[in-house]
Amino acid sequence: MMHNVCSPVLQSKGESLQQQEASLEPASRLQGLRDRDTVTRFDREVSIYVKLTNLRLELRWKSFMYKLISIIHLPSYTLKIQVGKGLPNAEEAYNFFTFNFEPDPPDESERSSVKRQKQRKIADRDEGRGDEAEEQEEAEDLFVIDQSPQDFLEVKKAVYVGYQNLIQRENEQLFTPSFRTVPTSVKLPENMKPRYLEDEGLYVGERPHVSLTNENILENRILKMEEGKKWFGDDGRIMALPDPIKESSTRPPLFHMEEDVDPSLQTVYRKVRHTRCHSDPEGDYQLDVDVSGLIFSHHPLFSREHVLGARLAQLYDQYLTRQHNNLTGHLTDKVNPTRQLSVHGKIHGGQSLTQAMTTRQLRDSEQEKDRTLLKNIVKVWKELKALREFQKFSNTPYKLYLRRENVDRASDEREHEDEILAEVVEFEAESEEDYQKKLTEYNKQLEEWKLWRRKQVPTYLLAQEASESEGPIEEGPPKPEPPERPDFDSIEQQVREKASRIRRKPGEAILIPELSASGNITASELCPRPEIARRQDVARRSLFIKILYNDKEVSRTDSRSLNTDFRVHFGQIFNLKIVHCPQSINLQVFEEIGSSCSLLARVFVPVPEPSVVTGNVPVEEYEFSSNQRVMFDHEGVGSDVPLSFEADGSNKQTLLTSGKLSCCVSWGIGEDDVPLAPPVSQQPGGIHSGLDRLDAVTYIGASGLYDMKKIGEWATQSRLDPNDPKNASIMQLLKVASSGEVTAPEYFRLEHLQEEFNFVTDEELERSKRFRLLRLRNREVAEFRNYKCVPALEREVTDKVFQEYEKRLKEGEIIDTKEHLDSHRALVAKYLQKIRESVINRFLLAKHHYVLSDLVIEEEIPSIGILGLNLFKLAEPKRPLKPQRKERKKVTAQNLSDGDIKLLINIIRAFDIPIRRPQSNKPGQVQVRPFVEVSFQRTVLQTTTADGPNPCWNEELQLPFSAPNGDYSNASLQSVKDEVFINMFDEVNDKDRGKSIHTWVEKHWLGSVKIPFSTIYSQSRIDGTFKVNTPAVLLGYSKERSHGANGGYDIMRSLSEGTFITLFITMEPQLVPGETIREKVSHFDSQEDEHLLQASERFEREAAQGYPDRPCITTVIDLNGKTVFITRFIRPLNPPQEFLDAFPNNPQEATALVARFVSLIPSLPDRVSFSGACDLWSTCDQFLTLLAGDEEEHAVLLCNYFLSMDKKAWLIIGTAIPEGPTTYVLTYEQSRYLIWNPSSGQYYGQYDTFCPLQTIGCLVNADNVWFNVQEYTTPMRLSFDITKANLWKPFFSRSFSHPGLSSVQPEELVYRRTDKAAAAELQDRIEKILKEKVMEWRPRHPTRWNRYCTTTLKQFLPKLEMSRGQDVTEGHRHDLKRISGFPLHLPFCEIRPIIEAVYSTGVHSVQVSNVEFALAVYVHPYPNNVLSVWVYLASLVRT
Amino acid sequence: MATSNPSVFLLTVNGQIEGANFPEYDDLYCKYCFVYGHDWAPTTGLEEGITQITRKNSQSSHRLIWNFPLETTFKSTNPSGWPQLVVSVYGPDAFGNDVVRGYGATHVPFTPGQHTRTIPMFVPEPTWRLQKFTGWLLGRRPEYTDPKVVAQGEGREVTRVRSQGFVTVSFHIMTKDMKKMGYDIGPSSPANTASVTSGWSTEEQQ
Repeated sequence: MMHNVCSPVLQSKGESLQQQEASLEPASRLQGLRDRDTVTRFDREVSIYVKLTNLRLELRWKSFMYKLISIIHLPSYTLKIQVGKGLPNAEEAYNFFTFNFEPDPPDESERSSVKRQKQRKIADRDEGRGDEAEEQEEAEDLFVIDQSPQDFLEVKKAVYVGYQNLIQRENEQLFTPSFRTVPTSVKLPENMKPRYLEDEGLYVGERPHVSLTNENILENRILKMEEGKKWFGDDGRIMALPDPIKESSTRPPLFHMEEDVDPSLQTVYRKVRHTRCHSDPEGDYQLDVDVSGLIFSHHPLFSREHVLGARLAQLYDQYLTRQHNNLTGHLTDKVNPTRQLSVHGKIHGGQSLTQAMTTRQLRDSEQEKDRTLLKNIVKVWKELKALREFQKFSNTPYKLYLRRENVDRASDEREHEDEILAEVVEFEAESEEDYQKKLTEYNKQLEEWKLWRRKQVPTYLLAQEASESEGPIEEGPPKPEPPERPDFDSIEQQVREKASRIRRKPGEAILIPELSASGNITASELCPRPEIARRQDVARRSLFIKILYNDKEVSRTDSRSLNTDFRVHFGQIFNLKIVHCPQSINLQVFEEIGSSCSLLARVFVPVPEPSVVTGNVPVEEYEFSSNQRVMFDHEGVGSDVPLSFEADGSNKQTLLTSGKLSCCVSWGIGEDDVPLAPPVSQQPGGIHSGLDRLDAVTYIGASGLYDMKKIGEWATQSRLDPNDPKNASIMQLLKVASSGEVTAPEYFRLEHLQEEFNFVTDEELERSKRFRLLRLRNREVAEFRNYKCVPALEREVTDKVFQEYEKRLKEGEIIDTKEHLDSHRALVAKYLQKIRESVINRFLLAKHHYVLSDLVIEEEIPSIGILGLNLFKLAEPKRPLKPQRKERKKVTAQNLSDGDIKLLINIIRAFDIPIRRPQSNKPGQVQVRPFVEVSFQRTVLQTTTADGPNPCWNEELQLPFSAPNGDYSNASLQSVKDEVFINMFDEVNDKDRGKSIHTWVEKHWLGSVKIPFSTIYSQSRIDGTFKVNTPAVLLGYSKERSHGANGGYDIMRSLSEGTFITLFITMEPQLVPGETIREKVSHFDSQEDEHLLQASERFEREAAQGYPDRPCITTVIDLNGKTVFITRFIRPLNPPQEFLDAFPNNPQEATALVARFVSLIPSLPDRVSFSGACDLWSTCDQFLTLLAGDEEEHAVLLCNYFLSMDKKAWLIIGTAIPEGPTTYVLTYEQSRYLIWNPSSGQYYGQYDTFCPLQTIGCLVNADNVWFNVQEYTTPMRLSFDITKANLWKPFFSRSFSHPGLSSVQPEELVYRRTDKAAAAELQDRIEKILKEKVMEWRPRHPTRWNRYCTTTLKQFLPKLEMSRGQDVTEGHRHDLKRISGFPLHLPFCEIRPIIEAVYSTGVHSVQVSNVEFALAVYVHPYPNNVLSVWVYLASLVRT
Repeated sequence: MATSNPSVFLLTVNGQIEGANFPEYDDLYCKYCFVYGHDWAPTTGLEEGITQITRKNSQSSHRLIWNFPLETTFKSTNPSGWPQLVVSVYGPDAFGNDVVRGYGATHVPFTPGQHTRTIPMFVPEPTWRLQKFTGWLLGRRPEYTDPKVVAQGEGREVTRVRSQGFVTVSFHIMTKDMKKMGYDIGPSSPANTASVTSGWSTEEQQ
């Protein structure tokens, strides 16, 4: 439609553009434009006007093309335009390409010419369509008239076409298929009735569903097409294949997810196919394939003469074989004695006669065949000769000689006559006999008939009457005909006729054909051209044979050229060394023409029997043929092409390429004449052939044909067409057979070969101790993690190996009451163990997650400043006077071994050591002689003894460190639970008393500090002043108070009471502390809002960037491993009511009691228990149930108690010594801030020098988290005014308000009353165990117990508890004896720490002979099974 | 000695670190060590060693020759964790700093007999371009925390390496009692191995 409205100017421009393009690529363009032209020309809808314009343009185009073509000398161009001007000159050409054809106003003449054109055109159109010739004419006309550019263009106003016209034209062009049903008659060829195959009982599948409308539209559309009817089937519907989509899914739904798998789904174990022939892999087999040659019986390049020649040769071969077998002679010999026998012994009669007859018949047919063969040979030879004569050359060397063997005419005739006579006699005898037989038969029948007749007679009349009414009477046996007598004359006639047909005439010479290949082949020069072409073609071809063994090409012969006689000789023997069982041996004949080769034929050679060995097998000929269609334009007859030798072209034959391949396959013979053949049993049976081929008999095996099931299997696998009439019976059979049994559905399996890869069965894997050991080690079970040298043999694995592991496993179930003393604790321990395991499992993956720094040591990117400094350093003096402190090299704990790591403990000084009570008021008496003893992993070192209550040692002690199991990995080091005990003693010796000659030294325990190794490891150094845990009562010692005039220093000290020690602890070499996995595993599950999590992440990140050394925690992981926002943990919770009741008037006391209660809950650093995994926060009720937790839990509980007691309280996230990152509690009361250490119950003022809290990172309460953005971090220099945003950066601010997070804590805590009886029982048991232990520690000395003292101490201990360890009256002294000892106070969790603590005091180590001991244990129960344990161990020396 | 029921099998590794091919570097020395599984223990010989520094021939050859003998015997109960030879080559850079020139590892061959292994060597790449420059300037290239890392597969995904050079090692392997313990390490004669590796199930001869 565009053409209609398009102005011609535009078009011409387009054309000119095209021309310019065309000049660049004339040939292809030419083609394209011509195509276009034709389209335009035959498009009947294009308006005439446009047509004209096109025509003009086309003409211009053609003239140009003509010029162009004449330039490029294309002679075959068919335009008949004669141009006298010759080549366009350069200017013309240039103009042509560059000239802008302006639209010229059309002059009158042209318009008239246009009109004329138009008229003609219309006329043309009326006639039909302008054909090409006419147009050419017009072209010529126009061309002659004018050639100027004006001629080709016409400018005209755009013609308005009315809407109606437009519609009309559109309708002419467009076709809207109707959606009405097309009557069937239209769709079918005329005079045809629709035929419904379904009605005829044929199987018609279900057609895919198409909606009726769509189908109608499609049909209408198709019918519009030419030959549209071919799309319709006989039933008048569009032809369609049956719907290939199955209605239901093939895979049945699985209903047995939980239970055992459906029996039919059980994995079928199928042994893998053995790829080797033999169980013995060394057996080598050799198959010899001898390819000797190839003879074509027909080849496309055969000339006619060759065809005849091949036929002749074939016939001659046949003749020769017949001659060789000499069946005729044999039969003739056989006939004669039989005959004699039959003639002489008539007794045997019939039998020998029939035998003779059959033999004779056989001989006759053989003779006949011989004769026809001979005849045929002669006939073909004649044809050949005729052909040679006709074509005047010969292609084949065949020559047939017929040798005559003259015979003695007389004797031959006689023999012939004899023969005929004998035969005639025989025939006569036979017919006679036959006649006799028939005659007796006849007589018998006749008798019967007569009998019947006689019976019929009496009723005859009646019957006759009846017959009138009842019709014909019942039939009797027909009257038998008497047999004819044999005609002996005719017999003789027949015999003679036959003889003349099948035998040579008597006296005629015996013709013996002899085929020789001695004829001359006409030389190529003398042949006509087609023959020469054929011969050249032959010469170009060559053949080779590929040998395929089990469908794999293993070898190929050399390529041999095709001889003129179409024989190829290869004569190659291939020795195939065989690994796989032979299944097929296939020879492929390839024909090579030039470089391309094509497969002619395949020859399948049977796999030889093992007995067939090389040397004793004749070469066999295997026929092959190919159905390729080949035709030639030369003399070659081709293949699959009808061919006639008759002059009139009748009697056509179609010959296919065929031939014989002579080869032989046999098993090779080894050196010692052993056939290199696999044993028979190894021959592949039909076991797996189901996969490859589906021949029924091979699949089932002949015997299996009776097995219904097997047939069914085969039928389903080979997908028999149930509608194929050939299969009808088998389908019927199967239907009957399968109705009775349930067939297992077939499933697709992914890992059906899995079993093949198991090197032992699962049971064996379970049973074997060795495998168990290996698997446990692989799982990195603690006991076996670094187990060396797993024994190679099962029997060498002793059960002992597993004892420890099994014991541990059992512990999970059976609780060792002796170890725990308390069933509740045991349960808690078990529960903790379970949590630990689950957490460890959770982090197992993360542990194997590496970062680059784990593997590669790389220099940090130096900043410009550092780079400058480094450059500056080059100019530095090598040994500066004031050396800078160098960072120690850090070592990753990987390639370390025992003894590599040392713990360095620098004991610097101590303050306020208790002094001995003056025994007598002697002046200048020694106050105290303290020394420090450090024990770690049972190594004990001590400092020198110093003097006075404020000693200064400044000594470095080196303690070796060995990791458990020699495993120095991060995880292992983090889980080291050993602690460094730093004990302070007073050395007492005799000299002090200045009494006797024999001196003895005694040490009195003054106090201790415990620092867990995990803290040292994670902190890498500990530097500070610690409060020494001094016993509440030190017998014989008192605190020295404000004894010097030290001025202001005293004021500071007086704020806190107790003894302090300054320490510096580190490790050599410095170990890189393992990162907590929290950093690696960034995301845990969380129920928090995504925004909140992101905000908290951002908050923490900003904090870490701005103040890297200030801990900041906003989210924590709870016991379920979920991320929880920290404020959810803070909620006022009620402390046990009895504490509040105890001091109703003294809130201060109550506060202290609550703090004490919290501190009595055993502390269990979870960094240790979860091997550095992460901090897990438990809620207060969980904490009270577990009765174990680290500083966070204590702090949270304490904070919550304080809140419920109407105090202002916050959680402090900070670092302290020695704990490292920890949590404290801050309270604000009486206008001062107090810092509480929740695990000790101690509180410090804000300005306390010895406050262990070093850094405050952030404060937390139920509403918000504030991060410290002040200059300093120590509590002393901080302002705790959290309302100031420039000092404390709040998490929830106006921009991100508190979303109202609910608490994870319970509403209220419920406390259990403590069982006093249980406490008493526990008390007894601890006492008993400790007594045993003390005696055990003193193996060489008798241990006496002073009962009196013990009772005194026992009475004293509850008082201590009441006073919460504060100094009580010191009146409980024994003047009688020199007594040294002290009460130890511990929160109770296990017996082991108590023993350790007692041991570390060293009270037991008194060597004096008259020493007596006193031991008292007191267990004070608090609510919820929180137990406070006091142990008072004293030694008494009688003075 | 000749017990009929051995509880361990022995693997004797003789051979030498023949030399290396580092076209760009000179004055190199090589450290070697064996990495083996839990069930392996060296009985005799050195587990670790360090070669002399070698220079290239000034005339033609690009090869560095060490000819450093290896002689170690292992005993084991389990073929899992079969010993690997880890070699790492060091040499001075342009400023005379000792830097690593390549790491490489290969399993000690399983089959008895003579074997020659050419180990392709590689070094870890710096994370940043700038680090590459400063590393070059300061003579501190990235190194593995432990050369034995190259004998393990775990955690290697975080590193990036560049290959440079080859080290040639020849082995003479002897085993004892492996077959007795049920570990068949394949055909005994090297002639048979050729036919096994040929990939074709059959072989032809004319």
